[in-house]
Amino acid sequence: MSRFLAMPTTRRHLLLALGALVVVVLVLENTSQFRNAQFAAMAYYAIAAGGLTILTGLNGQLSLGHGALMAVGAYTTALLLQEPDSALPLVLVLVLATVVTLVVGALVGVAAARLHGPYLAGATLALAVAIPGIPLYFSETLGGDQGLRVRMPDIPVWLDDAVYFVTGQGLTPTRFLAYLGWLGVIVVFVLLANLARSRVGRTWQAVRDDEVAAELAGIDLGRARVLAFVVSSGCAGLAGGLLALSTRLAAPSGFALTLSLLLLSAVVLGGLGSLTGALVGAALLAFLPQVVTGFGADLGLTDVQAAEIAPLIYGLVTVLVVLLAPAGLAGGLRKLIHWRRGT
Amino acid sequence: MKRWIPGTALLVAISVTAACGAGGREEDEPAGSTVGITETSIKIGGHFPLTGVAAPGYSEIPSGHKAYYDYVNAQGGINGRKIEFLVKDDAYNPTNTSQVTNELVLNDEIFAMVGGLGTPTHGAVVDYLNDAKVPDLFVSSGSLQWGDFPKEKPFTFGWQPDYEIEGKIIGDWVKDNMPDAKVGLFLQDDDFGRDGEKGVRRYLEDQIVAVAKYSPGNTDVAPQMAQLQAAGVDLVLGFNVPSYTALSQLVSLRIGFKPKWFYSNVGSDPALVGSLLARFSEGAVTDGASMLDGVMTTEYLPGVDAPDDPWTRLWQKVWDEHGADGELTNYRVYGMSQAYTFVQALQAAGENPTRESIVAAIEKSGASFEGPGLAPFRYTKDSHLGISGLSVLEIQKGVGKALTPVLVTDLGDAPIEEDDSAARDAPPENGLPNVKPAQ
Repeated sequence: MSRFLAMPTTRRHLLLALGALVVVVLVLENTSQFRNAQFAAMAYYAIAAGGLTILTGLNGQLSLGHGALMAVGAYTTALLLQEPDSALPLVLVLVLATVVTLVVGALVGVAAARLHGPYLAGATLALAVAIPGIPLYFSETLGGDQGLRVRMPDIPVWLDDAVYFVTGQGLTPTRFLAYLGWLGVIVVFVLLANLARSRVGRTWQAVRDDEVAAELAGIDLGRARVLAFVVSSGCAGLAGGLLALSTRLAAPSGFALTLSLLLLSAVVLGGLGSLTGALVGAALLAFLPQVVTGFGADLGLTDVQAAEIAPLIYGLVTVLVVLLAPAGLAGGLRKLIHWRRGT
Repeated sequence: MKRWIPGTALLVAISVTAACGAGGREEDEPAGSTVGITETSIKIGGHFPLTGVAAPGYSEIPSGHKAYYDYVNAQGGINGRKIEFLVKDDAYNPTNTSQVTNELVLNDEIFAMVGGLGTPTHGAVVDYLNDAKVPDLFVSSGSLQWGDFPKEKPFTFGWQPDYEIEGKIIGDWVKDNMPDAKVGLFLQDDDFGRDGEKGVRRYLEDQIVAVAKYSPGNTDVAPQMAQLQAAGVDLVLGFNVPSYTALSQLVSLRIGFKPKWFYSNVGSDPALVGSLLARFSEGAVTDGASMLDGVMTTEYLPGVDAPDDPWTRLWQKVWDEHGADGELTNYRVYGMSQAYTFVQALQAAGENPTRESIVAAIEKSGASFEGPGLAPFRYTKDSHLGISGLSVLEIQKGVGKALTPVLVTDLGDAPIEEDDSAARDAPPENGLPNVKPAQ
């Protein structure tokens, strides 16, 4: 263990990523299609939450507009896939979705860098309200309230064959999406983890902790803030693209303010500033509603009652976590481990 | 570092070998899929808004389904199979619809989707259901896309009259009976409003003086009402959902706009609109239902305002015996009527239904199903559209008074004809349909 910790950061992260890849393959190959679909959902939540936790936890900027940035990624993906036969390769489509969102994020970031605390929250809130209105206004090209259908291109034959050769199972679209999502999670998390431990990450933290001190140390506050916002938007864009592929639709109602708030609550629940925390929060978003509703139905509640119980439990979990583990679930767990080691 | 490489390699190797060992690829199943069917049960499901803004009214539809299936099951089920109906909440959000449909198809392994509700919501899953070859029966929405494209969507069937024929019948009636009216359209900005407008314009192109659209979710309709008022409209045709019926009534009351109103069937349930009026006006309107006196609308099912209709009597009996809490409402009648059609389809599919055979059976004999609908279904190989007609009525004290006999038509140029034949039938004595297997 000590040898592992003593390794250079990048190498350690790459090794962790390799281990994660093995776990992902094992888990996805041995779970049902339905669980695969839930894991795909967890993947896009994790990417968005990962970007947000870096922005909020590391750089101290609060964004209520990440759901809207996901919409930018989702609509870009949908537009690029309107002609599934002549479309670009899927990976390229997702990269483009990331880049477009990054540009939008840069514009917002420039404005956001001048604002603090509640004002920044207000500005990003406006983003969350305004962006879902755009497809309604340009309903000819963006499909209005019904949104744009997203048809996933066929899985490349060589990939299907390769996976079949390795695992002995055909690659269903659901499992393909789950792989795509988790590959995205691994790539993004390695990049974010490296960034956070690099000079850039340290400047972000310095800006968060004390602006005056950071400025005296020669850090350009505005640049650091904009950069953090841009990186975080890129994550949201990729997550939005994956969401559009999973739900096969980009529609305004999927990107309402609640999505932004859910992401923020997932980040807080998992543990602010921690990528593990983002993963835990994403798992809660993807699995908790279905599990709780199923549990409620097993207890003999009516369908309406079972449907209403999920948000209630989510709220209770939030209250309990904030009370009992103020550093989030991941932080609380880490504390518990340290405490047990200490005694 | 060196110690880690072999360790990781070993893990990879284990995972690969553990998952390997499958033989050749499976052959296609020969006789059709029987997922969700056992000797004694058949599992189906649907997505409905049980929570959120669309829940009032619509959340009652699945309770109607359930009551009728319980009624059927209490009489031994269909061919010895009891019907199990799973309901999932999508809160009218397409992202959720996608997730709960995954759950229904992949986790609960339903035989068919029945009655999935909403145009944007169901639109998110219709391609998926057809790709997965899951019968997608009787979508609770009148969009043309469920029925007009049987080649691309062979497993999807509409059920209620589509919005285009409703628009045609409304347009034709207005042209004949109110030829001098200055018509304004109040439309939901999606397939609902678009298809309706298409039908209306076929007859009223010259009479329409203004078109106002709203986006669902934006609850301020004052600009739209002011626009219609400024254009001198004296007859508003509304293709909108119930909450916007209430909103348009309240706003026009406030700005002194007093046209004649004609709402499509979707937005005109007097009981629901009345309760919404009371809620939106924060108690200022107490007798909401009477605000709709003189409002015109259409009808394709006998509702709770006709308690002596033989179908309503059956629904009342089913609800009294097997219903959940609450009264029988028009939404529950809608759910039970859909459930009745599903039971007919199941009977038509024979002793051993498969996903493919139930689709073929509806295409073959669906047009002859006798049910509560006032007009026959249009199901054939070339059309998966539902009920083919409706009648125009005027609401007085919460009760609909028919102004026309049942008017039947189809898309495009198809003429509008009077046809009461399907409206005069009554349910069989035991309340179960009796459809012969389609061979």
